[in-house]
Amino acid sequence: MIDQTLPALVRSRVAASWRDYLQLLKPRVMSLVVLTAVTGLVCSGAPMNPILAAVAILCITLGAGGSAALNMGYDGDIDALMRRTRARAVPAGRIQRADAMGLGVVLSLFSVGIMALATNVLAAALLAFTIAFYAIVYTRWLKRRTVQNIVIGGLAGALPPLVGWAAATGTAPANAWLLVAIIFVWTPPHFWALSLYTSEDYAKAGVPMMPVVKGAAATRAQILAYSLVLVPLCLAPAFTGLGGAVYLAVAALGGTIFLVLATRLFLSRAGETSGERASDGALYDVKAASKVARNLFAFSILYLFLLFTTLLAEHLLGLAPLAPLK
Amino acid sequence: MSDPNYDDPASAKARRGRNILLALSLAAFVVIVFVITIVKKSGG
Repeated sequence: MIDQTLPALVRSRVAASWRDYLQLLKPRVMSLVVLTAVTGLVCSGAPMNPILAAVAILCITLGAGGSAALNMGYDGDIDALMRRTRARAVPAGRIQRADAMGLGVVLSLFSVGIMALATNVLAAALLAFTIAFYAIVYTRWLKRRTVQNIVIGGLAGALPPLVGWAAATGTAPANAWLLVAIIFVWTPPHFWALSLYTSEDYAKAGVPMMPVVKGAAATRAQILAYSLVLVPLCLAPAFTGLGGAVYLAVAALGGTIFLVLATRLFLSRAGETSGERASDGALYDVKAASKVARNLFAFSILYLFLLFTTLLAEHLLGLAPLAPLK
Repeated sequence: MSDPNYDDPASAKARRGRNILLALSLAAFVVIVFVITIVKKSGG
């Protein structure tokens, strides 16, 4: 299938280096997964052998990498059609689709097996579920079929703090699920802001992203709606015994900026003109009309990073939460 | 039939890099299992 859809020019015979294989694991996504998983593990408050904790985080990281490799292998055909993704190793022909998926399977099995050995069955089962949800439910079933693809599929990206928490305690309490809920609700405005100025790519590849199917105006409205749910949700850890005063301040200030950017985007005409990007080469150098979308996309990453970093720092420094632990 | 890229220096270099990474990964796997076993056995 892939050979029929890949343009001849990208069927390169350049040999893959180890860096190509590393890129298959989506290291930038892995870094956010590590941060959220470490936060979950530390916020649990349970004492844990530091070596086993490090192994647990390594397993979550490699599990994320494995599911990313499975995703890249499966999506090689549509990645070749999109400017944002066509330089990846599989669509560029440096790595065969089967090799990418083979790496994904090996890493997935390794990460789940070692997690069970080092921590507990619940953490291993949750990690296995996360990988399967991303590689099968999102990549194979949802991504090319429904406009709600990244909404439902976002659960896979949201689960790492729960896996980290379960690795430390063997349980999955409400506060761990609260961290999951924050990432889950954060995902749609984050991805839809990006898709507003990359919708031509998605349309070309036949991926039913929100702007492609429902249009830019509906997407902007949905982004604002999700943002209105997200910000109170981000404040919640300060009232459930997870976050302290610093966290509350960061969540409130960042949330205000998030809402301002989402409102500006809602009132704009972002995503309504063709050729949203300034040039082919500069993927994120967008035209003026879509800068509001790009700004929200960029700030959403910073906001999530700040929220989890602050929670982590408060727990590592022993700063007291505002409310007793629920 | 031989691979036309088999003796290509760039391919050979890339293959060597991949093989080294694979060897390091296997060694890391053994070390990780060993360390987990020791920690678990010692009550960690």
